[in-house]
Amino acid sequence: MNTAAADAPLLQVGTLTRTFGGFTALDNISVDIRKGERFGLIGPNGSGKTTLINCISGALKPQVGSVVFCGEDITQLPPHLRARRGIARSFQIPRPFRSMTVLENLMVGLDFAAAGSAAAEEEVAMSILTRMGLASKAGAASDTLSQVELRKMELARAMAVRPKLLISDEAMAGLSSSEVDEVLDLLISLGEEDITIIMIEHIMQAVMRFSERVMCLDAGKIIALGAPAEVMANKRVQEAYLGT
Amino acid sequence: MNKRSHSIAFWAAVAVFLVAVLSMTQIVRNEYPFFAGYVILQFIALAVAWSILGGYAGYVNFGTNAFFGVGVYTAVALFNATGAPLVVQIAAAAVVGMTLGFGVGLLTLRMRGIFFSIATIALAIIIETFVMNWRFVGGAAGIQIQRPPVTAPFDSYVKMLFFVQAVLVVIAIAIARYIQNSRIGRGLQALRDDELAAECTGVPTLRLKLIACMISGALISAAGAPAAMYLQYADPSSAFNLSYSVSALAMALIGGTAHWIGPVLGAILLGSTQQLLAVTISSEVNVLVLGIMLVLFVVGAPKGIIGLLRPRYRLRAGGKQ
Repeated sequence: MNTAAADAPLLQVGTLTRTFGGFTALDNISVDIRKGERFGLIGPNGSGKTTLINCISGALKPQVGSVVFCGEDITQLPPHLRARRGIARSFQIPRPFRSMTVLENLMVGLDFAAAGSAAAEEEVAMSILTRMGLASKAGAASDTLSQVELRKMELARAMAVRPKLLISDEAMAGLSSSEVDEVLDLLISLGEEDITIIMIEHIMQAVMRFSERVMCLDAGKIIALGAPAEVMANKRVQEAYLGT
Repeated sequence: MNKRSHSIAFWAAVAVFLVAVLSMTQIVRNEYPFFAGYVILQFIALAVAWSILGGYAGYVNFGTNAFFGVGVYTAVALFNATGAPLVVQIAAAAVVGMTLGFGVGLLTLRMRGIFFSIATIALAIIIETFVMNWRFVGGAAGIQIQRPPVTAPFDSYVKMLFFVQAVLVVIAIAIARYIQNSRIGRGLQALRDDELAAECTGVPTLRLKLIACMISGALISAAGAPAAMYLQYADPSSAFNLSYSVSALAMALIGGTAHWIGPVLGAILLGSTQQLLAVTISSEVNVLVLGIMLVLFVVGAPKGIIGLLRPRYRLRAGGKQ
């Protein structure tokens, strides 16, 4: 049996509420994410998925509630300090550093978030790129990449932060089905390395194949949380997606 | 290895440059070349200093004149009060410029794009108004400065100022070059490309912007400090003249901001053209030429001279072709 410390959740989101003016994007969200878990986050457009991960990664601060990571309350920390503690993310619409090469994009994370010697950095960056199947593009300008390469580079850049928690925000949007499989395989293999992954996705086969647990948001509230098959079978989830 | 040989070449070039400047002051009798050359050197220092915040970080500072004027008046006030030597005046101006950069940065660097630029224009107006009402440094009417006797090995004050400004140029370039090749430079480049992505990748964006603003401010103020001695006169409307902002910005952009050599080339090109025109036609034509060249470059070479010379820098600076 594991000790109590090992069983403590990696990420604890407690009673999180975030409003924009009169609109409540997140309404009293509480969820614990276990170490090493592959966690799927679904919900219709505008249900608060991105707002939730913005609150986790620090791009937004909640009005109410707390985010606890590795036992430390990080609710008030700016994003770069969360990155250094091991929270990395990709963006729904890729946000590469356009004036840099692919390799340099990764070097930013290695330089600032992951502690390590400068000499080894380039090697580490290259090994991440090789993992992601981008090694041949290392010297390419990041604004010459194709959509799928851009998605992979976002994940690679997040990996350069040496994360404990990786948040993937619709990394597969706009990809062909073979490309979806490619990215999904990458994410699953990262999950096998003890990296906890939160995946936001609309492609249901991907969510079903990837997730150990799925959470469905609708209008800022959790409407279902549990095993993928259970959540898919949930009547409220089906209603949220298909309409009543 | 490569980096190291680059460094050796750089410092060798610096040594050659300073020796050349020094021997020029010893050999050439006529004072005019130094009088004109000083202005060009001053613009190199300003353009390089400007590009640390405006180029590397992409925060377009329109307040170069505020920092320049602060440098001038720090020197004037200090000289008036204590008769401090030139070196002390310059050092004090750098410290005040850095402090101002810190304060301004804290207040304005959370603003993006045009809002930041407008805030920096306002800054110049506020400080100029303050100086206009400060009787000790002459107020709006300005103040005459009596130059102290020149120090050996120089035989004229202008020649000495020329050498001093050359040293300031070297300091500015060395710092810009260091930043460009360091972690700070990579962080600034990242935040210029995408601030949120940079922050989420671990880059302390606010701190880096503050550092850039402080260094840029210190260097601009330092470059401005000898101006009062150069003109033997200081008044608020020329010390805080907006043309310093426009020139520094135009020179950096025309040269290209992806590499420290860009502002240097831009300042040499524009600065010497201006000096030439001032002698041959009239000083009023300067501004016209500056405007025309800026338009030509924005249309024809948006990444500046270095973008034309080295496609790699065009790439680094974000162009697609």
